[in-house]
Amino acid sequence: MSGKDAILGRLRRSLGRDGPPAEAERDALEARLSAPKPNLIPKRSDGSAADRRRLFEDRAALVDVTVQSVGSLSDVPGAVATFLSDHNLPQSIRIAPDLATIPWAEEHPMLTIEQGPASITDLVGVTPAFAGIAETGTLMTISGPGTPATLNFVPDNHVVVLRAGQIVGSMEAAWSVLRAEHGGGTLPRTVNFITGPSKTADIEQMLVKGAHGPRRLHIVMIDEDEAQTPAQQ
Amino acid sequence: MNETAKKAESKTLRIGLFVTCLVDLFRPSVGFAAVALLRQAGCTVDVPRAQTCCGQPAYNSGDRGDARDIARAVLDVFSSHDYVVAPSGSCAAMIKHHYPTLFADDAALAKRAQDLADRTYELVSFLTDICGMERVEASHSGRVTYHDSCSGLRELGIKDQPRRLMAAMPGLELVDLPGADVCCGFGGSFCVKYPDVSTEIVARKSADILATGADTVLAGDLGCLMNMAGHLKRIGADVAVRHVAEVLAGMTNEPAIGDGSD
Amino acid sequence: MQPTAHAFKDNAKKALADQPLRQAMKRIEVGFTTARTAAAAGLPEFDALRGAARDIKNHVLENLDFYLERFEAKVEDAGGHVHWCTTAADARDVIAEICREVDAKTVTKGKSMIAEEVALNPFLEAHGIQPIETDLGEYIIQLADEPPSHIIGPAVHKTKDQISDLFQEHHRAYGKTERLEEPEALVAEAREILRQKYFDADVGITGANFLIAETGSTVIVTNEGNGDLTQLLPRVHVVIASLEKVVPTLEDASTILRVLARSATGQEMSVYTTFSTGPRRAEDDHGPEAFHVVLLDNGRTDMLGTPLQDLLRCIRCGACMNHCPVYHAVGGHAYGWVYPGPIGAAIDPHFIGLEEARDLPNASTFCGRCEEVCPMHIPLPSILRHWRERAFERGVTPPAERHGIRLWAFFAKRPALYRLITGLTIAVMARLGRRRGRFNRLPLAAGWTAGRDFPAPQGRTFQDQWASGRR
Repeated sequence: MSGKDAILGRLRRSLGRDGPPAEAERDALEARLSAPKPNLIPKRSDGSAADRRRLFEDRAALVDVTVQSVGSLSDVPGAVATFLSDHNLPQSIRIAPDLATIPWAEEHPMLTIEQGPASITDLVGVTPAFAGIAETGTLMTISGPGTPATLNFVPDNHVVVLRAGQIVGSMEAAWSVLRAEHGGGTLPRTVNFITGPSKTADIEQMLVKGAHGPRRLHIVMIDEDEAQTPAQQ
Repeated sequence: MNETAKKAESKTLRIGLFVTCLVDLFRPSVGFAAVALLRQAGCTVDVPRAQTCCGQPAYNSGDRGDARDIARAVLDVFSSHDYVVAPSGSCAAMIKHHYPTLFADDAALAKRAQDLADRTYELVSFLTDICGMERVEASHSGRVTYHDSCSGLRELGIKDQPRRLMAAMPGLELVDLPGADVCCGFGGSFCVKYPDVSTEIVARKSADILATGADTVLAGDLGCLMNMAGHLKRIGADVAVRHVAEVLAGMTNEPAIGDGSD
Repeated sequence: MQPTAHAFKDNAKKALADQPLRQAMKRIEVGFTTARTAAAAGLPEFDALRGAARDIKNHVLENLDFYLERFEAKVEDAGGHVHWCTTAADARDVIAEICREVDAKTVTKGKSMIAEEVALNPFLEAHGIQPIETDLGEYIIQLADEPPSHIIGPAVHKTKDQISDLFQEHHRAYGKTERLEEPEALVAEAREILRQKYFDADVGITGANFLIAETGSTVIVTNEGNGDLTQLLPRVHVVIASLEKVVPTLEDASTILRVLARSATGQEMSVYTTFSTGPRRAEDDHGPEAFHVVLLDNGRTDMLGTPLQDLLRCIRCGACMNHCPVYHAVGGHAYGWVYPGPIGAAIDPHFIGLEEARDLPNASTFCGRCEEVCPMHIPLPSILRHWRERAFERGVTPPAERHGIRLWAFFAKRPALYRLITGLTIAVMARLGRRRGRFNRLPLAAGWTAGRDFPAPQGRTFQDQWASGRR
């Protein structure tokens, strides 16, 4: 008997069943999986787009995320350059390929741009986000050929380009959007929810940032609501 | 005042006092204080002679058989009273929450156990929640702090009731005990099976009590009180330890717990 | 891990005398409890969410076979493999085989209590594979060659000085000579040393907080990002998880996530919550090429349909031990096996046997704080009492205790005899104790009087006085 059969057999015996759930029960279980419904969602996430943005920024600040607002995509290179000089970082970044359509060279020719999955020497990674979750000031990213997930974790600094229109109320709202775009019942290889920079309190409960992931998390927020991100083109 | 309390007001309630073994054997003055308070609330009090113990020691030691036997006797002895009141959160919780589970496999006994459970209360919460008492007649002079015994707090939700009654007593200065909701380390047989761990826990409680500057610490369970008094006396602390009923009833002539006649 | 639960009393005695440990535990007592209280207060829906989380898990357990089979199907759809392991040995063998298939030399590890439960590290080492703990707390105790003392902060029992000593001793091999004092410097040194190891590792092993039936995803929750570097960089990602971790949908995971971090550390969300589904996609240029989920039973199917079933709702937040007065007093190692604190006292007897773990369910005051803070409403004191009943039935309870309880019950069932015996005893004690009001020594009560005085009884019993007419 395979390990699987042995385990399922023991499991069913313990539950007082001879076999799998009865057909009516199974139909109900299938329905639950094929049409997932949110459970209780805190009221905090309710509100208008403006409310959500405000909540997102408030919550992000509470977890040591810095946010800079800009008017459009073409302002991003300047914002990133400012971030680098503010923290005495070299003007050199690795970007997710999906951000390659940003006019880096035109707006800031001094920035050295590389793209692709992170290398061990990278100090700054710049990525788009799939969504912002207002409830907790969380960024959601999905992996793909244009969005290597390693850029979220390897470099010392993580800069995220987020449009205000990408901010949803709750994680559940984000799942709906992802299912609509990616298809239900499946996910990209890596979906990250990022709430602040890396930290640890493993030494006498004292908080230290940059344990293994980035020590700084910075968001460049674009004020446009309806414009497309490079990822959607 | 809630509906139950209003109902209680309209007829004289006949209370069966569940004395508890610790009160009966170690500190009868708590029992007399309970009687006085119940009378103050307008009740008549009966003390069945055939009661001994609620069965908690057996129950918590895993001796379900003896626990059931003892519980059956309690069902019989207290079958006729309007309410059963105990000056102890842990004994009241034993009857209220655990008796029904002891007889889950016997429909008739389960029903009787549930009936008794519905009529059983801890003393202070009975006075406030059922009798609608808002203040006691006595006053008390001094700085008092209060420890929340775990069963009363977590199984019966007793937290505000003793504080309201104490705060309304002229002359009584009530100070908050930090960590009032943290266990004192008694835990029934725990304190004798794991004495060094228990002593560590009660030592923290003593430190918290001393930090309040109170001259008196009160609680609603004699097990906790004997444990705390035992440690406070051992470290030479000048704090009086009493059952809250004694202070509420204005019956503080007897030496405090662990204090002698000298 | 070789259990030392049978030596709980000795372990506790040592722990109570261990000054650095006492300092460390005092920090936890204040820190974690305050944080959880604040987090719960900051979300009006917190208690409702706990109820919802409990209901989700109860539903899953009643249909665990259905959800596990669906989970497996979805993992396979995504290009991964599921291995069903009945015993710890099965899980170790499967993982070692996966490592051998890719000729693995080093393996990075995210924190996993299941990996501790099956004692994975020593097994890998015995097979010439070097496991590298990446969670800072796990890294510290790996250097110290100690087991974790807490289920989310494995090194909470260590002081900064002890950590400085460990780093100084073990980092010499990397050419580090300075003894570091500041937490930032210590963390930076660990980060630097582990960086290359993440890239060099052949296999990355993580645990899973959740398994999602809807999508075949595994979920990890960390603050450091070590789990992510572990699951992204190597060629193979292995997830080891016990089978009750499955939940139906992404929404169900989101619900439980809301109570997880708040209960554990008081955070609203841990820094990184990551959903991994299968190996890299054909079009990806990063990520593991192979994805394996090792599903562990190890006695959990035997808990279903018994009073222990509620334990399978545990989401490993650690709130119970964070609020336990016994855990605060003695720390996690005293419990003597993988899981400490109230959850350990409830679950260890099932894994290592009641004879070995006998003290654990008994070393509790039943204060109930654990149940009060458990986000999944696990009735921990009732389960501890269940073990005490099993011990009593099986004669595992020490004879002296058993006889004492039965003797007390004998008298309690015979009121007239009870009045007689207790009346006499109390009268004697009262006479002896009247002046001082207490005893600092008492026959048969050496345990009590070792640390505190025993208050003397007032004199005549209540029943005696009442019978004489005192009202």
